[in-house]
Amino acid sequence: MTKFADVTVGEQLPPASYPATRLSLVKYCGASGDFNFIHWNERIARSVGLPNVIAHGMFTMAQAGRYVTDWAGDAGALVDFGVRFSAMVVVPDDDTGATIDVSGTVEEKLDGNLVAVALTARSGDAKVLSRARAVVRLP
Amino acid sequence: MGVNADYLGRSYPATEPYEVSRVKIADFAEAIGDPNPLYTDASAAQAAGYPDVIAPPTFPIVITMAASRAAIGDPGLGINYAMVVHGEQRFTYSRPLRAGDVVVAQSTISGIREVGSMTMVTTETEIKTVDGEHVCTGYGTLVERGSG
Repeated sequence: MTKFADVTVGEQLPPASYPATRLSLVKYCGASGDFNFIHWNERIARSVGLPNVIAHGMFTMAQAGRYVTDWAGDAGALVDFGVRFSAMVVVPDDDTGATIDVSGTVEEKLDGNLVAVALTARSGDAKVLSRARAVVRLP
Repeated sequence: MGVNADYLGRSYPATEPYEVSRVKIADFAEAIGDPNPLYTDASAAQAAGYPDVIAPPTFPIVITMAASRAAIGDPGLGINYAMVVHGEQRFTYSRPLRAGDVVVAQSTISGIREVGSMTMVTTETEIKTVDGEHVCTGYGTLVERGSG
């Protein structure tokens, strides 16, 4: 578990990559209840002008959440978590799908053992999350 | 046409109680590909100080989306849902949601702003237990792309 005392402002968190496949999106549709066609039907996605099926923004946010909670060492450590969805994660119909690359930097240490982490998420050349920030409470 | 700015500040009735289950949490964790044992193993969660398995940080979207539908789907607000994308999302947490929680969610339209040809509508949805304990607040911003 990451300890408040061991964290330094400016510290970079080890980057991590997470897959997003067509199967992930179908599962996420079912688990979240968001069955928007653009997340599973290539024909309809293309018909509304998208390059292909795209991941749910909330699927991408979930990967950023996993990144921070894995680093903190406690899945319940978040007190504030916000993102802007700045580009789409395009998921092709092949065996690998898309990759979401997440990195983070410790931005601030706050009262009450709180640490603010600035997050970045990219997929291919696109920055898929911007203004992404998580505040965790550390022991 | 267009989004009716008079709806800023309007609140909608709380949802029916929603019971957070171990099975739903495990399904959600599997769907996001997160193997954290605190989501699936009650003894691991208890060893970490939680009464039961906890839900991933983005799980509350399942509850806030259902609640904010009352606001977003309000015909008087005038959102063209076919032109909408999810622009921003934020959660503030008093504690993680966990299995066994019975919660209600209540939405308010907390922001309407025009940016060029786009309209951004933010709904603020509070999740509380049926006993009134605050668990989480979700802020979801939808962006309606202009048709012109």
